[in-house]
Amino acid sequence: MKKVWKQNGFLAIAAVLLLAAILPLFAGEYALHIAVLVLLYAYLSTAWNILGGYGGQHSLGHSLFLGIGAYTSTFLFTKAGLTPWLGMWIGAVLAGLVGWFVGYLCFRYGLKGPYFALVTIAIAEAMVSLTNNLNAIGGAMGLEVKWEGNEPLLMQFESKAGYYYIILGMTIMAIWLVHWLSRQRFGYQLVAVRENEDAAEALGVDTLRTKIQASVLSAILTALGGTFFAQYFTYINPRNVFGEGPSIQILLFSIVGGLGTVWGPAVGALVLVPIAELARGWLGGSFAGAHLLLYGAVMVLVMLFMPKGIIGLYESLRQRLNRNRPAPEEERRSA
Amino acid sequence: MIFSYELLAQALVTGLLIGGVFALISVGLSMIWGVMKIINFAHGEFLMIAMYIAYFLTAKGGWDPYLTILVTAPTLFLVGALIFQSTIRPILKDPSMNQIMLTLGLSLILQNLALVFFKADVLTSSTAYTRMNLMLGPVVVRGSQLIAFAGSALTAVFLYWFLQKTEAGRAIRATAQNRDAAALVGVDVRSTYLLAFGIGSATLGIAASLMIPFYYTSPTVGLFFGLIAYVVVVMGGLGNFIGALAAGLIIGLTESVGAAMLPGSLSRVLTYGLFVVVLLFRPQGIFGGKRQ
Repeated sequence: MKKVWKQNGFLAIAAVLLLAAILPLFAGEYALHIAVLVLLYAYLSTAWNILGGYGGQHSLGHSLFLGIGAYTSTFLFTKAGLTPWLGMWIGAVLAGLVGWFVGYLCFRYGLKGPYFALVTIAIAEAMVSLTNNLNAIGGAMGLEVKWEGNEPLLMQFESKAGYYYIILGMTIMAIWLVHWLSRQRFGYQLVAVRENEDAAEALGVDTLRTKIQASVLSAILTALGGTFFAQYFTYINPRNVFGEGPSIQILLFSIVGGLGTVWGPAVGALVLVPIAELARGWLGGSFAGAHLLLYGAVMVLVMLFMPKGIIGLYESLRQRLNRNRPAPEEERRSA
Repeated sequence: MIFSYELLAQALVTGLLIGGVFALISVGLSMIWGVMKIINFAHGEFLMIAMYIAYFLTAKGGWDPYLTILVTAPTLFLVGALIFQSTIRPILKDPSMNQIMLTLGLSLILQNLALVFFKADVLTSSTAYTRMNLMLGPVVVRGSQLIAFAGSALTAVFLYWFLQKTEAGRAIRATAQNRDAAALVGVDVRSTYLLAFGIGSATLGIAASLMIPFYYTSPTVGLFFGLIAYVVVVMGGLGNFIGALAAGLIIGLTESVGAAMLPGSLSRVLTYGLFVVVLLFRPQGIFGGKRQ
């Protein structure tokens, strides 16, 4: 039974990958744009999910790392002509350092739950104010990524297909990385920290180190996505990369899809982003915040009716249908 | 940056006056947080709603801004009670992260509803009080800010009296200390929660009416004031009434002295930085108490 399921699972993944690979052959530019957004948010949320979902440390200010990635590569590109392909790694290193520093400070002083959430918001908001006042990087006006024509070496493409394949590759890598990590020593330690930190410590897990490692990894991946974000939208400003909006969008899809699951963020983005984008398209001009309104409503409804997200709902349905297995124990994730 | 003692004196006076308002915005959050152990991430957006009500009554309805308290406070009590009853009560026993996500969702809804109805425009209402100034030597004391400070102090004193001396106030404090013990001695915890949430929200109605003669309103105004309220509450110590008042003044001074010394809006960096430092080193607040 289990083997059949596993085979079906592989087949399903192979079919999805094949479909994703040939999508640009028949999809129009608008459909491709939505596909890029789905993948981008699936990617960013997967990165957040490492620290937030597996580690149980909910950062509400992950835009900090998105912005560091976006600003670093864009600044180096526009002022020094460095290709974003290299700039993104410099941004990633910077974000990794900041992730280490923030993680070290917070976890060293035992911040958790709401207090950790508040610190992360405060740092991201401080960054908005700081960048608003830094004229060297455009101040409140932000930075524009100058268009050099169809130059794959500068991560610029005439057609959306180029961007699509890049973010597809990044998302597959990120999901694979999380899948792989979740079966490594590090993954188990991280979940142990989330479930019961004292017990994990008693069993010899270096909880501080584990959490900091998760913070660094999550920051690096988010920053890499930040560079893609800047290249794709070709314009960044403090509010739209460091602000509250992107922070919420980064974590939203993990929550909707299922915290601490490999596929949760991707499923969440796949379900929500197209609906939100269509709503934005239809109501666009007269209704500026349509997609954020929808996201807010979804957050409230998910927390009220399915706090474990779509994957959690699916798992409990599957277990209920499968009578050979004992009934699942209702367990609530402690914050 | 040109520095002068007049400038500093001006910043100190303005900071102190604004700090009083910050304190008022925070005591409601502090009470809700203290009683229910819930951080309402939509606290700033509640204030934003009240500011729109106060704005429309004064700018379009020609009301005296301070008279609008009669509308804003009861409306906010109702808004708070309704939202609590429909969305927050069902998840009171859930992990704190779920509560944060839910109230964060609420804040997104309210912020973007405001954007739909009122557009992104920054609205300022010019009332008779707006240009009423008092000169203290070289320092200008804005009448509207002085009234706001006095009004905040008065509200705070009233709230303090209510919590200390009335039966309902005692029930709120008992529930904050130990909800099971409170229930054992006959406190109706369910309605106490509702009352605390309603009153905590109603204080924002008062704050909004006091602020509208000198502060603008916009759909995103709640973000800043929400963060200020979290800073003040954490700094003052969770559920610590006097602490919140003192912390409000400290943050008010930081904001305005920072704004006088630093270019642009860099003073915000100072405020948020102070918050991070307090959270890291004194998450139990700067006025003692044990670590949460």
